[in-house]
Amino acid sequence: MVDALAAMLANADFWSAVLRVATPLVLGTLGVLLCERAGVLNLGIEGIMVAGAFTGWLAVHAGASLWTGVLVAAATGAAFGLLHGVLTVSLALSQHVAGLGITMFASSVAYYAYRVSFPNVSTPPTIQPFVEMRWLELPVLSAQTPLTLLALALVPVVAWVLNRTPLGLAVRMVGENPAAAEGQGLSVSAVRMGAIVAGSALMGVAGAFLTLSAFNAFFFNMVNGRGWICVALVVFASWRPGKALAGALLFAFFDAMQLRLQQADVGGLPYQAWLMLPYVLSIVALIAVARRASYPQALMKPYRKGER
Amino acid sequence: MLKRRVWLKATAVTVAMALCAFAVPSQAQNKLKVAAIYTVPVEQQWVSRIHKALNAAKDRGEIEYVFSEKVANADYERVMREYAEKGNTLVVGESFAVEAAARKVAKDYPKVSFLMGSSGKPQAPNFSVFDNYIQEPAYLSGMVAGGMTKSNRIGMVGGYPIPEVNRLMHAFMAGAKATNPKVEFYVTFIGSWFDPPKAKEAAYAMIEKGADVLYAERFGVSDAAKEKGKLAIGNVINTQPQYPDTVVASALWNMEPTIDRAIKAVKEGKFKPEDYGPYSTMKHKGSELAPLGTFEAKVPKDVVEKVRAKEKAILDGKFAVKVNDAEPKSTAK
Repeated sequence: MVDALAAMLANADFWSAVLRVATPLVLGTLGVLLCERAGVLNLGIEGIMVAGAFTGWLAVHAGASLWTGVLVAAATGAAFGLLHGVLTVSLALSQHVAGLGITMFASSVAYYAYRVSFPNVSTPPTIQPFVEMRWLELPVLSAQTPLTLLALALVPVVAWVLNRTPLGLAVRMVGENPAAAEGQGLSVSAVRMGAIVAGSALMGVAGAFLTLSAFNAFFFNMVNGRGWICVALVVFASWRPGKALAGALLFAFFDAMQLRLQQADVGGLPYQAWLMLPYVLSIVALIAVARRASYPQALMKPYRKGER
Repeated sequence: MLKRRVWLKATAVTVAMALCAFAVPSQAQNKLKVAAIYTVPVEQQWVSRIHKALNAAKDRGEIEYVFSEKVANADYERVMREYAEKGNTLVVGESFAVEAAARKVAKDYPKVSFLMGSSGKPQAPNFSVFDNYIQEPAYLSGMVAGGMTKSNRIGMVGGYPIPEVNRLMHAFMAGAKATNPKVEFYVTFIGSWFDPPKAKEAAYAMIEKGADVLYAERFGVSDAAKEKGKLAIGNVINTQPQYPDTVVASALWNMEPTIDRAIKAVKEGKFKPEDYGPYSTMKHKGSELAPLGTFEAKVPKDVVEKVRAKEKAILDGKFAVKVNDAEPKSTAK
């Protein structure tokens, strides 16, 4: 077992797998983080990822370029984000209910549109996805696609915007103390809306990674809970982008590890135990890390202007 | 107020339309009305075979065919009842996860015939069962795989270890051992029917460890093999057209013998509770080893000869592939 682990860790292919598995989680986690820093929980992520995976892929299938597909996925995410914003910010409805509703709505609409577009196919149609960046000539990164690079680059960008710009200050302020933000002349609802739309666009791209890079076709259930993991990772990350990256990498590390240990397991643990491993280890890490986490003070509290 | 009035109008229109739909008499009275209920989308390998056979019957003009896909287990009984109420005389589906409910519905509608994918027994008077007993071509595809591997390591990625998956994996492994006693296996289950990226990751992990032939039970595995220049063996459907340089052989499931037999029985009023499992065997053309196609010249001659001999032995009833429903385990470290 120890030998197997050591061999695994020394293999560059393993670390490539970690980055591949982590990419949609990094994008999704940044998306959730943006929404939550502005005080809005977005449980629509699972469905928004499905919708982004579908529309991005559909655009490319219809002849658009891959990057146009990514933009289409982002726009789809933004549109559902806008809907979530209207429900939770303008109408001040329950963020849990609205989010879960968006997840159900977005995934059903995506599947409906898929079936309307492709009523009679035996195997799902495929596209030519992003290819590995062989030209990069760096050990682990050259085995990735440009979307992974984009995800990694977005981490410092989001961190910088949140912590070093007036815009980021506004986002954090409406998430901590919306009344104070209002007192500064900021429109709480506009800032929250913007954060939800931007965060949801990232979720759409996270979904598109699955159909434009990790695979080349759309399957209905292919998001398979990755969105929910992002929601948990944000807590793990104490709402900080850098830690979000670390959390996504950690989960991906455990997942890539269980796939390798499961296959070499000669009649030992049941396969379910291996599949469970990344989740269990993430919960353990969550307990260790998140005890000192301070969440945005106005998270899940709708802001109604003039109300005390 | 305006809103409510609009709603009322819309509702009235909808109801009127629904009534019209009911009032129009069915135009093809003599055609058998068949309904299928699937728990997954019709692209899923397993269900796609049933869908294809029913569509073929529809195109021949024998039946009227309607179906519901992606029906949740919790809704399954309701959808079954709806189709039975609507006058369908044959209902096809998969009752693996809703065995008790499906059998209860069958009892409540004795005039409707039910043909369900099931691990259970047929039930009087109108509940027949089928399953994908395609272990014979799976064995043959294993023989091809054993003859093609150079590293003597074969990787197998599955969704869940249910009998329908296990029996084919065991048959495949036995076949591979028959042509290559030195071969060892990696087995991984990904805990999902629809997660091609994850299936691909599992396949990559096997290729890292030296597997050069992959058993593609899930979508995604052949893609990993193609990218890394390895080989794959198809299962249930033939994916060689999509992966001409990757998929060597496939164990095909043909649902036509099962479906056609059921349609004929219903038409003649002779539908009986029966196990249709045998109609998925090679003897009844319910399964076959797909033509080697692009790999015709690439598979070693002696292996092809051995496969053809075994194929004949199966068809002549001289060789039976063992059915083993237990969960397969890795044999390679």
